[in-house]
Amino acid sequence: MQGQQQNIANNKTTRRLLVVVVAMFGFGFALAPMYSALCKAFGINGRFVEIQEGNYDAKNKVAQITKVDEGRSVTVQFTASRNQDLNWEFRPMENTVSVHPGEIRTAKFYARNLTDRTIVAQAVPSIVPGQAAKYFNKIECFCFTQQTFKPGEAREMPLRFVVDPNLPNKITMLTLAYTFFDTHQGQAANDVHDSSITKLAVHSVTTDAH
Amino acid sequence: MSEHHDKPTGIKRWLFTTNHKDIGTLYLWFAFTMFLIGGAMAMVIRAELLKPGMQVVDPLFFNTMTTMHGLIMVFGAVMPAMVGFANWLVPMMIGAPDMALPRMNNWSFWILPFAATMLVSTLFMEGGGPAFGWTFYAPLSTTFAPKSTDFFIFAVHLLGFSSIMGAINIIATILNMRAPGMTLMKMPLFVWTWLITAFLLIAVMPVLAGAVTMMLTDRNFGTSFFNAAGGGDPVLFQHVFWFFGHPEVYIMILPAFGIVSQIIPTFARKQLFGYASMVYATAAIAFLSFIVWAHHMFTVGMPVAGELYFTYATVMIAVPTAVKVFNWTATMWKGSMTFETPMLWAVAFVFLFTIGGFTGLMLGVAPADFQYHDTYFVVAHFHYVLVTGAVFAIIAGVYYWLPKWTGHMYDEKLGKLHFWLSAISVNVLFFPQHFLGLAGMPRRIPDYAIQFSEFNFMSSIGGFAFGLSQLLFLYIVIKCIRGGEKATAQVWDNPEGLEWTIPSPAPYHTFETAPEVK
Repeated sequence: MQGQQQNIANNKTTRRLLVVVVAMFGFGFALAPMYSALCKAFGINGRFVEIQEGNYDAKNKVAQITKVDEGRSVTVQFTASRNQDLNWEFRPMENTVSVHPGEIRTAKFYARNLTDRTIVAQAVPSIVPGQAAKYFNKIECFCFTQQTFKPGEAREMPLRFVVDPNLPNKITMLTLAYTFFDTHQGQAANDVHDSSITKLAVHSVTTDAH
Repeated sequence: MSEHHDKPTGIKRWLFTTNHKDIGTLYLWFAFTMFLIGGAMAMVIRAELLKPGMQVVDPLFFNTMTTMHGLIMVFGAVMPAMVGFANWLVPMMIGAPDMALPRMNNWSFWILPFAATMLVSTLFMEGGGPAFGWTFYAPLSTTFAPKSTDFFIFAVHLLGFSSIMGAINIIATILNMRAPGMTLMKMPLFVWTWLITAFLLIAVMPVLAGAVTMMLTDRNFGTSFFNAAGGGDPVLFQHVFWFFGHPEVYIMILPAFGIVSQIIPTFARKQLFGYASMVYATAAIAFLSFIVWAHHMFTVGMPVAGELYFTYATVMIAVPTAVKVFNWTATMWKGSMTFETPMLWAVAFVFLFTIGGFTGLMLGVAPADFQYHDTYFVVAHFHYVLVTGAVFAIIAGVYYWLPKWTGHMYDEKLGKLHFWLSAISVNVLFFPQHFLGLAGMPRRIPDYAIQFSEFNFMSSIGGFAFGLSQLLFLYIVIKCIRGGEKATAQVWDNPEGLEWTIPSPAPYHTFETAPEVK
C-alpha cells in the first residue's frame, strides 16, 4: 500500500514538473518578442523601428524642431556595409560631418551593383549609441524605400537629416550605420516568418504600432 | 516486484539497471571519462600556448579545442558527476530504497553516451567541429558555423533531456520518498543543495533547448531570430543564452557546496555551523541567479541603468555566498580537526573557491568588466570557481564516500600526494592567467604577443602537471575498487548521516524498510 501511494505521489510530482519544463521551453521563445518590445519601449537598441515598419513620419518630426542650437556641435560618423551575400559596393561619400543640433544637413552615400542581375535592395539604418536613435531625424533617406539597381548600375543616394536639439548633452558623437540587404532574400525570409513562430519575434512590434 | 530483486550480470546489468547505486556508478565513470577527454583537449590548448607563435595546431582546430573543452567539461564532466553523486547518495541520505522513477533514471543516464558521442564526432566531420566557443554566440554559430553544428545542436538537446529527467527524478525522490521523521529541515545539506539545483535545472535547461532550437530553425528553416537581415537581433541570443547560462554555473557549484558541507563537519568533529542559514543562503543564491544574467554581456551596449542594475544585483550574490564561506570557517573553528584526504580537498575548496568568488566580484562591476571582458582574467576567474571549486569538491566527495561505495579504504598516502600535486599545479596553472588578463591578453586565441610569454609558459607547465596528476587519481580509484583495508560502516570518526549506518560496501538494496529518523 505504501508503495502504491508513493507511486501516485511520484506521478503527480512528475506531471507538475513537466508542466514547468514545457512552460520554460515556451518562455525561452517568448524572450524574443519580449526583447523586441522592451527595446522599442526604451528605444535602446539603436534600430529605427518606425522606418522598418514603414510608418515613419518625417514631416512631423522636423516640424517640432524650431531652432538651431549653435552653442554646440555633434559629430556624426557614417559607416556603410552590405549583407554578406550581396555583391555590392556601398560607402559614404564623407565619413564624418560636424553639425549643430537643429541644423538640416545632407550627406551622400555611393552604391554600385557589382553583379550582372538587377537587384532590389533595402538599406537598414542603425545608430550608436542606441539611446540617440529617437533624436536623429531623417527628412529624406534612401532607406525609406527599396532601391532598384540594374546590373552594374552606380548611384549617389542622398540623406537629409537633422539632429534634435533635445539630444542629451553628454552625447557628442553619433555613428550612423547602414546595412544593405537584398530584398529578394529578405522577402523570402519574411514569407517564412508569416507562417512560422518567428512571426511573434519579428512582427509583434508591427502590430501594436498600427 | 520480484524482477527488481534479480541481479543480471555482465553488460546487461549495466544496460538495464534501475538501481540507483549502479546508475550513480555509471554517471561517475562517464563523468571521469569525459573529464579525461576534455582534459586532453585542455592539454592541446596549453601546448599551443606554451610558446608564442603557431606550433602545434592550426587556429581553427585551436578554437574547436577551446569550444569542445568547455562543452565537454560543463555538460559531460561536472554535471554528470554531480548527478552521479545525487544518485548514489540522495536515497541513502534520506532513507529511501531507490530513486522515485528508476526506469526514467536508466534513460537519463543512457542518453548521455549517445549525446557525448555525437558531440565528439563533429570533430571528424567536414568543416570541423564547433569552433565558436562554448557559449555559441550567434551569428558565429548560425550564419558562419560549420555544417556539423546541427549535430552539436542535437547533442545539446539530448543532454538537456537527460538533465531534465534527472532533475525531475531527484525532486520526486526528495519530496516523496523521505523516511518517516526526515523533515525537510533535517535533510543533509547535500540533499538540500541538490533539491534546489534540480529546480534550477528544470527552469533553465528548457530555455537552453529553446535557444538551440531557434539556432536550428535560423540555420535550416529560414527564421531570423538572431539574424538582423530578417528583423532579428544577435544580441537576443546572448540574452537567451545567459538566462540559461548564469543559473547553469550555480547548477555546477551548488551540489559542490553540499558535498563540502558534508565533509567539513566530519573532520572538524563538530556539527555544521548555521545549518538553517546554509539552506536559506542556497535558496537565495538560486533565486538571484535568475536576475543577473546580463553581467556576462556588459559590453554589448546596454543603457547605464541596465549596467547599474546588473552590477548591484550581481554583487548582492556575494552576501549569501559569504554566509556559506563564514559558516564553513565557523564549523572548523575550535574543531578537533584532522586532515585526511577528503578534508584537504574540502579546505582547499573553501580557500580557492573564495579567490574565484572575489574575482567574480571584480568582473561583476560594469566599469571594471569593460577592462577585463574577454581576457584571460575571465578564464582565470571561472577556472578557479569550476576547477578548484566544483572539480575539487567532486574529488573531495569521491575520497569521502569511496570507502562506502567500494568497501575498501583508498590509499591515504597516494591520496595526499594527489592532493598536493593538484593543489600546487592548479595554482601554477591558473593564477598567472589573472596577470595575463590584467595585462590585456584576450581569451580564445592561439597566439599572443611576446610580453605574455613567461606567464603562459608557467601556466602551461602547471597545466601539464595538473593533467598528469589526475591520472594518479584514476590509479587510486581503481586500486581502491580492487582491494585495500576493509572499511567499517562508519568509515570516519562518527560522521553524521544515514549513509554511515549501513555496511560498507553499501549493499545492492538499502533501506527497503524505511529507517526511523528521530
